[in-house]
Amino acid sequence: MAADVSAARAALAGVPNEPGAPKPDPIVKGDNIVRTFGGLKAVDVEHIEIQRGVITALIGPNGAGKTTLFNLLTGFDEPDEGDWAFNGKKLSNVPAYKVARLGMVRTFQLTKVLSKLTVIENMRLGATGQRGEKFWSAAFKSLWSAQEDANTVRADDLLERFKLDAKREDFAGSLSGGQRKLLEMARALMVDPELIMLDEPMAGVNPALKQSLLEHVKSLRDEGRSVLFVEHDMDMVRDISDWVIVMAQGQIVAEGTPQAVMADQRVIDAYLGAHHDTDISEIDVSELEAEAEAELDAEAAEETHP
Amino acid sequence: MTETPTTTAEREKHLANADGAVLRADNLIAGYLPGVNILNGADLYCQPGELVAIIGPNGAGKSTLLKALFGLVKIHTGTVTLKGGDITNQRADQLVTKGIGFVPQNNNVFPSLTIEENLEMGCYQEPKKFTERFDFVTDLFPRLGERRKQRAGQLSGGERQMVAMGRALMMDPAVLLLDEPSAGLSPVLQDEVFVQTRNINKAGVSVIMVEQNARRCLQICDRGYVLDHGTNAYSGTGKSLSNDPKVIELYLGTLGQSAD
Repeated sequence: MAADVSAARAALAGVPNEPGAPKPDPIVKGDNIVRTFGGLKAVDVEHIEIQRGVITALIGPNGAGKTTLFNLLTGFDEPDEGDWAFNGKKLSNVPAYKVARLGMVRTFQLTKVLSKLTVIENMRLGATGQRGEKFWSAAFKSLWSAQEDANTVRADDLLERFKLDAKREDFAGSLSGGQRKLLEMARALMVDPELIMLDEPMAGVNPALKQSLLEHVKSLRDEGRSVLFVEHDMDMVRDISDWVIVMAQGQIVAEGTPQAVMADQRVIDAYLGAHHDTDISEIDVSELEAEAEAELDAEAAEETHP
Repeated sequence: MTETPTTTAEREKHLANADGAVLRADNLIAGYLPGVNILNGADLYCQPGELVAIIGPNGAGKSTLLKALFGLVKIHTGTVTLKGGDITNQRADQLVTKGIGFVPQNNNVFPSLTIEENLEMGCYQEPKKFTERFDFVTDLFPRLGERRKQRAGQLSGGERQMVAMGRALMMDPAVLLLDEPSAGLSPVLQDEVFVQTRNINKAGVSVIMVEQNARRCLQICDRGYVLDHGTNAYSGTGKSLSNDPKVIELYLGTLGQSAD
């Protein structure tokens, strides 16, 4: 499934830098997706398209609806209205596990590794279509041991790639926060997804490991996969994304190449703040406080959904 | 210049400046399971009024070090002293009354309680302190005063962090331990957290913080430690650390080069 990355990027060259811009080869397409919590529209997306074979970043202030949109697209939450399709297949009312089997897999901001299982057991669980899960065949190891061996080989490959091989037999609960992030990403790859969605992959990961995580994400794209990720780490967004979508108050407010988006005054106002590149001792504190206050107000309106 | 306190001589040199420290840890060896040590001889001190940062790779033992200082992880060998008195392996609730405040990274508020009740919980051991400390905390975080009747479970991540910090300040701690206060927040709110941390510090509270946002953290701290494999790899002023080529190479990575 290797694809030509430069060609994939070049395809984006003609796409206008505007919200909801149509893409030449979208892997995900959504229309009028609305999710309300009480009186508040957490997500209100008129039109969204995610290009195939590139890395798309989804950014925006806390409470902008990024994670809610992730939940909706992957079947972890149901919208009030809206249609979306993955590879042309409509996904409304498709449960999360079926979405994953179709090739669209996500990770979570607060990792969901199974802490009482070992790292390798966590990995094996990620594989789908396991014959040993079926009631009758479960009793006959010969029916599924070959498949389990194949899964284990694949799991070991992935653990090596993510430098977790030394932790193979450790309980996942004993891993540090950053290592859990890696494990979750590795486990997501067990199903060989076409689209992988990462919710804040860098949160809680130290700068040195970030470098290698960046390389991992890039390598996903270079293998021909599509990547959509939510992130607050602007260095990462600038570094690896081919396209950036900006959300605020549930809506897509800007889209474009990283350079275009980061220079966009609306994005600076809505999200980055005027001083994200200045030393903190030179920041005008009252200005920062006003910005933070405004963002907290927007967030408070959302009343964080459990 | 930064120091690399690995040998005994270097350790002694580092701790030579530790006299009069409000909180001090000597050669800590600690871990969650018998035989598996996460800390392998970590030293640390924090002078009164100092803002000290702990950075380092994942799994280096940063959070474990904080928890060991706060009695949440069993210390096998080594000592922790608070204002000169030995507090090694004392219980967390005892340490709170002695002057240590701790803000964990996750699950750090009581979601079903209001902001005011959360702050009340912060001084349940000395309820008389409430009125005075509530004023102090809401001076630092006016937002918490305005929303005192709101349930903490309904708050956003940025506000919860304020509640958690406020709760830890209710007992008027001499030293405040913060575990990654900026995690999961947007750039503006992260900056806000760092500014607030500096304000708390300016109000006279010594602070020891573990952070992933090394760039910002080294900008606001007086001194920093780089932890690796459960032991001090480097220590020095924030500025010297962020400019140290070894620290950049080993830890900050090229992403950290915008750190000056």
